Amino acid sequence: MSKQIPAFALAAAAALTAGCGPEQPQHTATAQVAAGDAAFAERFRTRLLDAKPGEVIEVPAGRYTFDRSLTLRVDGVTIRGAGPDKSVLSFKGQKAGAEGLLVNASQFTIENLAIEDSKGDGLKINEAQDITIRNVRVEWTGGPSTKNGAYGLYPVKTRNVLIENSVAIGASDAGIYVGQSRDVIVRNSRAEFNVAGIEIENTVNADVYDNVATNNTGGILVFNMPALSQQGGAIRVFKNKVFKNNTANFGAKGTPVASVPAGSGMVVNSNDDVEIFDNDISDNATTNIIVSSVYSTGYKDDKAAKDFDPYPERISIYGNRLSGGGDSPDGFDLKALKTAIYGLNGRFPDVLWDGYANKALKDGPQICIRDVSGVINADGPGGYKNPSQDLTSHACSLPKLPAIDLKRG
Amino acid sequence: MRKTMLRCVVGVLLSMLLAGCAREAAAPAVHFFAEGQPPTLAEWNLLRVADGRLKLNAGVVPYDLNTPLFSDYAHKLRTVWMPQGQAAQYRADDAFDFPVGTVFSKTFYYPRGAAGGDAVLRSADEGPDLRGGGLELAKVRLIETRLLLRRKEGWVALPYVWNAEQTEARLMRGGALISLSLVAADGQREAAEYQVPDQNQCAGCHGIDMKSKALQPIGPKARHLNRDFAYDDGLNNQIARWTRTGYLRGAPAAAVAPRDANWRDPKANLDARARAYLDINCGHCHSPKGPGNTSGLWLDAATREPMRLGRCKLPIAAGKGTGDFRHDIVPGRPDESILLYRMRSDDPSVMMPELGRSVVHTEGVRLIRDWIAAQQGQCG
Repeated sequence: MSKQIPAFALAAAAALTAGCGPEQPQHTATAQVAAGDAAFAERFRTRLLDAKPGEVIEVPAGRYTFDRSLTLRVDGVTIRGAGPDKSVLSFKGQKAGAEGLLVNASQFTIENLAIEDSKGDGLKINEAQDITIRNVRVEWTGGPSTKNGAYGLYPVKTRNVLIENSVAIGASDAGIYVGQSRDVIVRNSRAEFNVAGIEIENTVNADVYDNVATNNTGGILVFNMPALSQQGGAIRVFKNKVFKNNTANFGAKGTPVASVPAGSGMVVNSNDDVEIFDNDISDNATTNIIVSSVYSTGYKDDKAAKDFDPYPERISIYGNRLSGGGDSPDGFDLKALKTAIYGLNGRFPDVLWDGYANKALKDGPQICIRDVSGVINADGPGGYKNPSQDLTSHACSLPKLPAIDLKRG
Repeated sequence: MRKTMLRCVVGVLLSMLLAGCAREAAAPAVHFFAEGQPPTLAEWNLLRVADGRLKLNAGVVPYDLNTPLFSDYAHKLRTVWMPQGQAAQYRADDAFDFPVGTVFSKTFYYPRGAAGGDAVLRSADEGPDLRGGGLELAKVRLIETRLLLRRKEGWVALPYVWNAEQTEARLMRGGALISLSLVAADGQREAAEYQVPDQNQCAGCHGIDMKSKALQPIGPKARHLNRDFAYDDGLNNQIARWTRTGYLRGAPAAAVAPRDANWRDPKANLDARARAYLDINCGHCHSPKGPGNTSGLWLDAATREPMRLGRCKLPIAAGKGTGDFRHDIVPGRPDESILLYRMRSDDPSVMMPELGRSVVHTEGVRLIRDWIAAQQGQCG
């Protein structure tokens, strides 16, 4: 499998030279902000140190430059700017620290501001609960680059998380990434020119809706990785617009997202209980929806797999509006597969499943698919030799998952 | 002062401290501030600048670790002080249970080279040279002194930064970047952006339990302290010394207490040296409860499972920190191992640890390279 990674990269490079490369990002007009008060940066750092629960720390309009990470450890703090194009925390030229802002505090709200060009992650929130991220823009302003930081908005091991009206641009891993968390809503947000637009990983109970994911390598990803504190599941992805996620993969090889073929609309990987409905998904050049196991990403770890379920199960795909896409899959294997079955000018159907399933499971994987142009089972376990286009085994239905209630009043 | 005198009189401290007490009879005792943030280090009366030296006040005991944390080649003078009659309770694996009122200090300094100016030596820390009663200021450049103090509500960290004249260290809670030029023995120069952490960032290492958010000392554990120190009156095992001087209760004989390897000891077992290095440099974060637990990579001394220690383990949320590699450790292949890649980097978004260094620890990298190279087997 390790040989496939360079193959993907080569294909991506070929696509670039062939003129099918990524469009350049449309930058938000951040140059318009007033010149920031240089002294504010140090005052802001001290206010984070001295914050009291319940305190609101205002970030007035302006651009404030930091050469080191910021951290917050006090619960109940709100950081509030004058708008994501007006109040900018810039980390351009950052010399130390692995994040822009690192938070280890609960009942935290951050809203109406931007975090730009951090060396590493933009906003990381580690092991906390009751988190609100609202109207926040995280951006790497130089466009897609492997040199950009890994994650834009990055709550990890958090509980009760609301991300809304936010924007993530240019992350070299995932723009909006929620990992190892529980009870999460991501809505009304936009992810563009990231490797993964929105990624929900090893997270239990998440609703992802009314978002736009475009110009990423992969639009919306629902992943489980082995050897972590919890296995994710119960994820609903609905009413999103997921289109033209065809940017060449610029993730560092070795990261799980580096295995995502450019042109992936939605990817469900090794996750159980995922419901995908009422989305507009179009023109994703590899295919609009991929359902796969960790086996076909090449990131399975044999030793870790003992207590890890690598197979996607109880996946429900219905009522989406799908069009285009599948016409130019990324990577040699997928290109060859597409050409072999659909011809040079043909296209993959809306759903690609790698075919890995737990044979011991009585009811099968229960990957229930309706309202699509077709599905291809790539026969990963059989070495991709006997792909099948049989839809009948997917003609099932599953009980609907409950909506996430964050009980915020 | 009465407390100090009492200590001296009852012979709790040994001859050099006795002499110190007698000579500096006017020096006030260490002042423990139960609250607040004194703006200068001097107010604590822990260390004092006198006679061209940075001296330790009465009851302030220097110590060293078998394998210390790497911080941009800074040398460190570590001290502990406890209130009269108070002692730490021995614990075999965790930091000792220190009483309220305990003050640790760690002074970061560099030996000055012949070059003078801003140049400082890039050299291994052999332990502080306290002969003559303290650090000789003409020979060192003081950078900062960090205090870790045990108050009723828990441990508090305060960073003090020294002025260029080396007469005063002032509280700098927001941290600082200090540009240094490190000069190696062969004359090679390397620029370092030494980072004084801000007060919150102290928790990046000392907040070893993300849930409780409480800070903890890292160094004063049996396995790190179980070694000899060159006291004024000669070499003495630190655990034995602390016990004898009344700073430690419940400790077993040093011979049976846990003991980490000295990472630089060529005679010590390679695995033990590497594990000691990873424990002190990484294990406070990369542990089941630490901030690095999100990665699933645990490098603390207690972890035994090879996969948890990185062997054939996939990276999680490492971003470009993977260096295009697939496993944290690939047995026998250090140059394909993410762990070593991140140690070899000085890019803040790639390097590990995330805080506390801006240059590569060449000798540490060599140790971990040797350790991975010696591992057998392959990843599936």
